[in-house]
Order: sequence, then C-alpha cells, then structure tokens
Amino acid sequence: MARRPLQEINAGSMADIAFLLLIFFLVTTTMDQDIGLLRQLPPPPPEDFNPPPVKERNVYEVLVNSNNQLLVEGERMDIRDLKEGAKMFYTNPNQDPDLPILNRQTRAKVQESINRLQQAVMQDPSNKQLRDDLEKWQDKMSAIELIGEYDELPTSAMISLQNDRGTKYAMYISVQNELNAAINELRNELALDKFGVAYSELNPSVSEDKPMIKAIRAVYPQRISEAEPKDISGGS
Amino acid sequence: MSKFTRKGKKGTPAVSTASLPDIIFMLLFFFMVVTVMRQDDPKVKISKPNATETEKLEKKSLVDYINVGPPIDDRYGTEPKIQLDDSFAEVEDIPFWIKENRERRDEVERPLITTSLKVDRDVQMGIVTDIKQELRESQALKINYSVNKGSALDN
Repeated sequence: MARRPLQEINAGSMADIAFLLLIFFLVTTTMDQDIGLLRQLPPPPPEDFNPPPVKERNVYEVLVNSNNQLLVEGERMDIRDLKEGAKMFYTNPNQDPDLPILNRQTRAKVQESINRLQQAVMQDPSNKQLRDDLEKWQDKMSAIELIGEYDELPTSAMISLQNDRGTKYAMYISVQNELNAAINELRNELALDKFGVAYSELNPSVSEDKPMIKAIRAVYPQRISEAEPKDISGGS
Repeated sequence: MSKFTRKGKKGTPAVSTASLPDIIFMLLFFFMVVTVMRQDDPKVKISKPNATETEKLEKKSLVDYINVGPPIDDRYGTEPKIQLDDSFAEVEDIPFWIKENRERRDEVERPLITTSLKVDRDVQMGIVTDIKQELRESQALKINYSVNKGSALDN
C-alpha cells in the first residue's frame, strides 16, 4: 500500500486557542495595587511606664466619639476644618498661646550643640545616647544647609488621636487622612518653595532626593500618635 | 516585449497573519506571569473607606492581610469577624499568626513585613483597636490601613 504523504496540521486555529487562554487570563488578572495609609505603631509601653508630662499647648488633641463627632482641643469641629486646624498647629503663624512655640534653629546654635556633643562623645565614646543626639543635631545641620534656618516644632509636640470603641472605621480613616493631608500640604509647600518640586514628587530611592526628604521631614515631622485606647463616651 | 514589463496588475499583497499567534502568545505569557491567583477567598464583606493621602505598598510578598468585616455567609451572623489567611479567627490568634508569618520569611526581610488591615467601612473601631493592641504586643508595628482612592470627606 502506498504511503499517504503526511498531511500538515492546519495551525490556523492556534491563534484562536491562544486567544481563548488570553481572555481567560485577562479576566482573572487582578492588577489591584494595595494602597493605604501607612502607619508605625508605638511599641508596647513597659510595665511601669509613666508618660512624661507634656505641655497642653504642645498636644493637638483630636477625639472622635461613637457618634462620629469630632472634639478638637475641647471644641466641636467639622471634619472639613480639621486640615486647617492641624496646619495651624504645625505652623502657629499668629503666635497663639494655645499652640506650640516654634524655636528657630539657627546655624550658630546648631553648630554649638554639635561641638559640645562631639567633645562629650570624645570623652565617653561608648555612650550611645550621646552619639544618637549628635547624629540628630548633625541631621538638623544638613537640613539647614539645604533649606536655610527654619522654625522647629518642639520635640514633644504631637497630634494625639483618640477614638471611641464605637467610632465607625470610615470616620477614623477620614480623620487620619485629613491629618495626613495637612502635613503633606505643608511639606509640599515647603518643597516647592525651596526645591521647586512638590514633596510628593521626591523619590526616596533616588540618592539626590534623600537629603531633601530628610530636611523636609525635619521641619514637618509626621507626629500622629494613636493614643492608648480608652473609652471616651462609653460606646459599645 | 520587454522582459521587465509587469504581468497584469499587482495588487497589495495580503498581510500575513502567520505572526498573529506569536503576538497573542506574547500577550498570553505576559498575563500568565502577571496574574496572581487569589490564594484566600474572602469570607468577609469588605467595602473599603476612601482616602486621598495614600501610599502604595511595595513588595507584595512582604504584606500580610488581616480582613475584618461582616461574614459573607450569614450563617456566621452579622457581627464583624476577623479573617486571617483562609479562616475566621479571634483576636487572640493574631500573635501566633504573626509569629508564623515571621518564621516563613527570610531573616533579613523580617523587619520589613507590613500588616495590612482591610477593614469594612462600617465596622466599629473597638475590634480594630483590639487588633492594633495585639499587633503592638507582637512587635508587628508596621501597619497599613487599606483604602480606596477617593475623597475622605464622603466617608
């Protein structure tokens, strides 16, 4: 029997099969990038921990009750005004006696502290506290080099956010978001003013941007403290 | 007659479709690589709140998710429940879960682990506060409140 010549398989349907698979993967792919508000929780307090006393004016107290109402610095506030309020707290433009006093960081003052600490470190090189302090002042110096002398928030100044157990999560996120927005706006303004780029455009993985980010963060640190939980108004 | 005269009219040749499968395959492989099959199917209903000041989470492999919301299957009731990986859990299970996740990772990567809280917008903060306290106790301090992009004032 004569052998039939091998018939070639028609590859035209290959494309169809590939299409089918392609559509399957197209449909199942979820490109959802998880986005959110990143936060650093404070480490658990040691057993016999007494929080150091802080001046009233250095704490921006934000309370949210179980009816999702805001009490800011002892007064009812609408969420829409929270951003402005937080910005005021950070800058205190009118020298309000209820808001923190900003101290001007001058070149001479910082240099003096650096010199003093350097000598202290020389005498006691094993003291970690001193070395950390020195590093902190050196960071301030490099910030001054970049953006000039600036007004610094006192180290104890912070926004304290307290919520009730009955507060709705969405409200809590709104408050967090508004506080964050206030800081981001201030940082953006400063970056635009000093470097001509918005803070959000600076990229922490680019080495030229890193000192700029550090300098801006020195001026407007993100100090949102999620206080120890407490029942404020006896919610659920 | 000249040798070079064209025979008849030469129309535009049909575009060869032989490379079509190749192109399709290329796309196919792209999507095959990009696709991450969902490992844990959601057991709780989550509609995330909105926020504007968001940051992207880098390194998906270093993110663990805690889901909180009312169960999809209402046989489990309507009270918000916690879902870790593939099953319901209680707040007390979190430290162990964190520990397991830590041991799964490389030692150098352990400090970079982020815990992402995916919480339904209508959940009350009580349960979230409890979770946060557990996370603090277990030294899992990097957290992320997962949200959708949108105006936070409409929440």
